[in-house]
Amino acid sequence: MTELVAHGTWVEIHKIALVAGKRTAQLPGDTRQVPLELRVKGFLVADAAMGDEAEIETPTGRRLRGRLVATNPAYSHSFGPPIPELSSIGGEVRAILREQGWIR
Amino acid sequence: MSREIGYAQIMGQRDEIIKASLGIDYGQYATGALAFDYERLLSDTGYTIDKVRAVQSRTAVGNTPLLELENITALVRAVAQPGKGARIFVKDEAANPSGSFKDRRAALAVCEAKNRRHVGVAAATSGNFGAAVASQAAKAGLRCIVVQEAFDSRGIAQPEIAEKTRACEAYGAEVIRVSVGPELFFVFLCVLKESGFFNASLYTPYSILGIETLGYELAQQLQQQCGQFPDLVIATHAGGGNLTGTARGLKKAGAVDTGVVAASVDLTGLHMASDHDFNRKSFTTGHTGFSMPFTTWPDRADVPRNAARPLRYMDRFVTVTQGEVFYITQVLAELEGLERGPAGNTSLAAAFAIARELDEDRIVVVQETEYTGAGKHPLAQLNLAKQLGIELRRGDPRDNKPGQKIVIPENPSQIAVTDIDLDHVRRSYLRNAIESLPEGVRLTGVDVEFLAAETRSSKDYIQEVIDEMS
Repeated sequence: MTELVAHGTWVEIHKIALVAGKRTAQLPGDTRQVPLELRVKGFLVADAAMGDEAEIETPTGRRLRGRLVATNPAYSHSFGPPIPELSSIGGEVRAILREQGWIR
Repeated sequence: MSREIGYAQIMGQRDEIIKASLGIDYGQYATGALAFDYERLLSDTGYTIDKVRAVQSRTAVGNTPLLELENITALVRAVAQPGKGARIFVKDEAANPSGSFKDRRAALAVCEAKNRRHVGVAAATSGNFGAAVASQAAKAGLRCIVVQEAFDSRGIAQPEIAEKTRACEAYGAEVIRVSVGPELFFVFLCVLKESGFFNASLYTPYSILGIETLGYELAQQLQQQCGQFPDLVIATHAGGGNLTGTARGLKKAGAVDTGVVAASVDLTGLHMASDHDFNRKSFTTGHTGFSMPFTTWPDRADVPRNAARPLRYMDRFVTVTQGEVFYITQVLAELEGLERGPAGNTSLAAAFAIARELDEDRIVVVQETEYTGAGKHPLAQLNLAKQLGIELRRGDPRDNKPGQKIVIPENPSQIAVTDIDLDHVRRSYLRNAIESLPEGVRLTGVDVEFLAAETRSSKDYIQEVIDEMS
């Protein structure tokens, strides 16, 4: 039996706003071949299984429907590792200012 | 968002939805086939510069510090000819409540939404403006919806936009994230129609009047600090609002001789509506993908008449490369102790190159910074670029090729601007203007006068270009 996500959980829904064939004419070929997708987060209105059609209440109080795709979705953006091509810049420009006698 | 609402149906209701969501009847400002009364469109709002300042000060917006970048100026002079190297100042707009100058325009939009008794505001923006509207809405007790172009068909979010999603949600906004494509406007119209919220467009009179205080303040601050107005103000240029509002504010402060320079990151070769190119831009704003189309035809915006009309105000239009902006972002952090940007540092990269051409007693003001953080950072952008196979190396920034290789300068002397020929831009604008005329409609004398004002040229110039085209 599929486990249900409890109502009241902060979730994300996904839906297709425009299928690939129904998109505007003024698009480059690569974009025309894919659908226009939407993702919105809110609190699940009623228990639902992942992947099923579900309803959410968004922070503005609107009720929206879509496929349930994530529970408590993470903010996964980060900095990542340092970029070597940037790491030495500070030392280089400080050396120039040192040569000028601007800093010690 | 309702499934049954069709694309054509909503787009057909565009004018009435926009009118209901803004309460501005743009038709009343038409004075010719193309001409409209731009100044009256702005002044009819009733917002004088003092009134705007009063609104902004209620939420701690504006009055940001104007800082002299003495170490960067010293670096400019180290690579300049003797006697050259203007002083560079920066207006630290990151000190605004949500971390960018966008709070200025959002403050007025939200104030207007409240005055008009809307229960909420909606904005179509992937940038700092979303966080600004969400922040202002939170303070005003209004609801907020932000519609963002946020991820590609592989589900990869642009890191800077992912950070904006987080910020908007932190301020309690509903964020609708959309995949790549201009039909974001269709989604936005659906939101406006369904919610009845006020349209906090980037291109309304409120959005421009809100920025006038930026130019006004910096002129006054420099006058106090150095006893003069800036010789040049450099603005990162995308949709045109930043440049238009700042230039108008400078004039209102009396800085009528200050030159205004537009600076954009060169993204030549990348298509703004391409799903493939979306995450290969490494910049979300301040780039030519916005600035060229909006300078050459401002009325492509989401309102009938764009209040941002940059060609009226720019004295010079330059581009810099992606690698140069990332380089100067690092320099700003390490020499001035200011971790900002990166997109807002486009104008700083341009300032570095332009200050090098000017005498030492000249003053150049970079008119904004923006907050930085996870995702919204050179490291995040360059790590994504590398992941997508974009070559990254040190070298001559002239070898930079958007979407293919990002070349970080090896030495500050390599930072240079490329001038965009303003005559070419004016002609593009005029071609777009004339092509927008309905079949059989002819230009009147009022229109020619309007086009001359739009392009900062003369009636003779307009006539000459029209004759050439026909």
